[in-house]
Amino acid sequence: MAELKWKPENCAQCGECVAACPYGALEIVGDKVIIKTTCTACGACVDACASDCLEVIGVEKKLGGAGEHKNVWVFAEQRDGKLSKVAIQLLGCAHGLAKELNQQVGAVLIGHNITKLAMELIHRGADIVYVFDDPKVEHYSTGPYAKVISELIAKERPNIVLYGATTIGRDLAPRIARRMNLGLTADCTELTIDKETRFLLQTRPAFGGNVMATIMSPITRPQMSTVRPGIMKELDADPNRKGQVEKVKVDIKEEDMMVKILQIVKEAKKIANLEEARIIVSGGRGVGSAEGFKVIRELAECLGGEVGGSRVAVEKGWISQDHQVGQTGKTVRPDLYIACGISGSIQHRAGMQCSKCIVAINKNPDAMIFKVAHYGIVGDLHDVVPALTEAIKAAGLSKK
Amino acid sequence: MEFKLSKEQEMMQKMAKEFADKEIAPLSQEIDKSHKFPIELAKKMGSLGLMGMMVEPALGGAGCDTVCYTIAIEEIARASAAVAIIASVNNSLVCYPLQKNATDDQKKRYLPDLASGKKLGSFGLTEPGAGTDAGSQATVAVKKDNEYILNGTKIFITNATNAETFIIFAMTDKAKGPKGISAFIVEKTFPGFSIGTVEELMGIRGSGQAELVMDNCRVPAQNLLGAEGAGFGIAMATLDSGRIGVAAQAVGIAQAALEECQRYAMEREQFGKPIGKFQAIQWMVADMATEIEAARLLVRKAAYAKDTQKRFSAEAAMAKLFASEMCMRATVKAVQIHGGYGYTKDYLVERLIRDAKITEIYEGTSEVQRMVISGGLLK
Amino acid sequence: MDIICLMKQVPDTTDVKIDPKTGTLIREGVPSIINPEDKNAIEAALVLKEKHGGKIVCISMGPPQAEDALREAYAMGVDECVLLCDRAFAGADTLATSYALAMAIKAVGNYDIIISGRQAIDGDTAQIGPQIAEWLKLPQITYARTLEVKDKTAHVERLLEDGYEVVEAPLPCLVTCVKEMNKPRYPTVSRILKACKELKIPFWNAQQINAEKSRIGLDGSATGVKRTFAPEPKGLGKMLTGKTEDVVKQLVKHLENDNIINR
Repeated sequence: MAELKWKPENCAQCGECVAACPYGALEIVGDKVIIKTTCTACGACVDACASDCLEVIGVEKKLGGAGEHKNVWVFAEQRDGKLSKVAIQLLGCAHGLAKELNQQVGAVLIGHNITKLAMELIHRGADIVYVFDDPKVEHYSTGPYAKVISELIAKERPNIVLYGATTIGRDLAPRIARRMNLGLTADCTELTIDKETRFLLQTRPAFGGNVMATIMSPITRPQMSTVRPGIMKELDADPNRKGQVEKVKVDIKEEDMMVKILQIVKEAKKIANLEEARIIVSGGRGVGSAEGFKVIRELAECLGGEVGGSRVAVEKGWISQDHQVGQTGKTVRPDLYIACGISGSIQHRAGMQCSKCIVAINKNPDAMIFKVAHYGIVGDLHDVVPALTEAIKAAGLSKK
Repeated sequence: MEFKLSKEQEMMQKMAKEFADKEIAPLSQEIDKSHKFPIELAKKMGSLGLMGMMVEPALGGAGCDTVCYTIAIEEIARASAAVAIIASVNNSLVCYPLQKNATDDQKKRYLPDLASGKKLGSFGLTEPGAGTDAGSQATVAVKKDNEYILNGTKIFITNATNAETFIIFAMTDKAKGPKGISAFIVEKTFPGFSIGTVEELMGIRGSGQAELVMDNCRVPAQNLLGAEGAGFGIAMATLDSGRIGVAAQAVGIAQAALEECQRYAMEREQFGKPIGKFQAIQWMVADMATEIEAARLLVRKAAYAKDTQKRFSAEAAMAKLFASEMCMRATVKAVQIHGGYGYTKDYLVERLIRDAKITEIYEGTSEVQRMVISGGLLK
Repeated sequence: MDIICLMKQVPDTTDVKIDPKTGTLIREGVPSIINPEDKNAIEAALVLKEKHGGKIVCISMGPPQAEDALREAYAMGVDECVLLCDRAFAGADTLATSYALAMAIKAVGNYDIIISGRQAIDGDTAQIGPQIAEWLKLPQITYARTLEVKDKTAHVERLLEDGYEVVEAPLPCLVTCVKEMNKPRYPTVSRILKACKELKIPFWNAQQINAEKSRIGLDGSATGVKRTFAPEPKGLGKMLTGKTEDVVKQLVKHLENDNIINR
């Protein structure tokens, strides 16, 4: 693999490399640049150095038998006899990758009485569906699922295997990766084929989303990734698409089971407090009344978010105090904060201005809230908010 | 000479900061508003060892040094001055005199509970007629058989509303003046002991300040702390220790004020830019930060002196004098920087300025501190 | 019960910012902390120890300053700490890291249960736990939000997207916890002092854990970072204009493109 080397000749100890390193792996001591053990040879410093003092030297290893690995597979996650949305999205992604590689798309379907789902997978882009249908694997469990897929991979030698980054995929994929000594990249948000090497380029967030990293598995095959749900675009279902269905035979023994499932409970996710909400729709003076909050609630529900309120809304009794956002209420940092009919006083802004994305809807074009908003709409929230709810539903993005 | 924090001082700071930010800060405004004693927080602090930090491990404390202690108090005060003084009194004004003056039996009976926060302590010196003139105690203690009978009142006693253990000073021999004062360990349940008026305060609201009433209060003779007549000396030495805690509290309050200003000055825009871009504000913030740093160093030096020297009165007095006066200056500046908003209860600085004032008064007014300092210099 | 806890020292990524000019991570002034979900794991271990007795060994892999995080774990109440520290471990991906940790666990010897956090807030992979379980051939239970042990069996409520499942596995097994499991306790003052004055933390190198050179560090890694870059900075202050039906459609499109809302 690759290693970072420092060449002292042109180095002026300017420190640009130290600043550029996301891992804090460089340090200037006297007139030397020290490379610490946390270096991953990512090359960020090489890009930052204006004097060509740093170089990543690759130790080329032979790609053992990689030429024999073909096809892009998707683990077709299903629960209770229904294909997960992410599985269908991944087929869309796999289709694009396979096209570039001039290879085919495979789907691995495991469960009980699920063979009927194979057709749906084919309609959504799979060329071959490998089915393992057995009562022992009706519900997901690490042991048997890892066994089936590992044996299948060893037999069929795919080039790429994709899993949804779900509670199943993130439990399953690493187990298989370890068993078969494969590289695995977690929670990818972008997958492309490198033009030169034909390797899979796997891009994913790190450091809590503050940095994006593009990862490769140059040597091990198949290349495996878990992929974040909701990112990839599925193919439209084509009922005329044809494909193969292959039944897989694997002997699942008692000792393969390992973990026993006693009960499965469906439960709506309740957040403990507003500070944990990923999406908040908040109402202020412009809402006008307690009944006015109905449209705010509907938008929040549609987005799978929570309801917030400004101090005015709380003081007027339109919403309870535990929803208050602001200097004397809660400080929130959701991914999305929609401020409806909120003027944006400094007290309110103090409670929400670090939100990742702020949308402001207000009748007054000079409202202070527009100064911190990423997107602003001048209009009456009583028109805009219901229209927004409808637009979200129409785009198929409603969580309700 | 090293200015670096030791590993344990660093770890203490990290723990105290996290505890203050997550457990105390969210409640601080409510404590101030309701004036309710935060007994749950006091118990939590006790379970972490924050109420008897310097008590030796054999008696249930952690045996940490005074610098560690001041670091913890500063972080707590940054979140709430009231909670900080609750902890400071328990540590410096109750555990400390017991550690220094109690018999082995008394230590075993009282320190473990005080160190763990199972019981809270209070220091009863101040009287209606004895503030700065602490020596003119009106509370009397008369020996009768195996008991002392105490009569008198104490006022402005922190933690009083919720404490179980009180260090009470009373005159056992009026003829001897201050040398006739003795110290007693009084339990809340002793007959004749009661809590009187609960004070409504400007600041450090919720710190449980109340009047103590001793009406033929019967204290067993074995609860005499130190020798008869040693009381005044115990009180003064204890206050030397307590002042370091108050000084740390003042630094914490001022630090909170500074952080509020740093935030606000970059948020509030006037004339098209954040007010933090104007020199008037920049200079105020620079002055605040410089004075805070100076006070912090005085506090740590005083703490170090307490741990390594026999006498540390001057260092403690300097730290308390400077830190408290600087804290007042800093919080006044902080309200000014916040302008009209700083005058409303929406903003923390409104409370910080009210909390700050007491640091110039209790555990020895600034005037007393000046007496102590000059007393050592002009002999 | 003999419990092994796995812990990683990480930068506090909630505080990490991107330099708008260079697009790189600003690490100055960002404190190092115990990975939050590892703290939940340590708390879970402490609860088990309080109930069943026994000992907790906390293992971490990292540079020498990770010792501070181990001291903090000790101050919370774990009994022993080990730091895997060796230049040879550097540059490891999860495959190589999980191998080294698994070998360290083998070197520690006896254990009834291994507990770690679900994922670290810098790598965000959640791969270490399962990969260690595979190497040691142990049952794994991930996303644990409750953990109890009865009759040499671990009982767990495992968090799912739309609810939870109740599962059990025989000991020894490996469990990864989510933050919903518990509220980690604070270190106490006395244990902080003990951690600094009494605790000796052994540093183990690759040799001491019998690790094969080819399986650790960069050599043992199957994945490599091609490049790192800052995510697209969000545009500020875009006013959307037009008729209401059009404006809301525009907004929905923007939010979808920005990955704020998705399917």
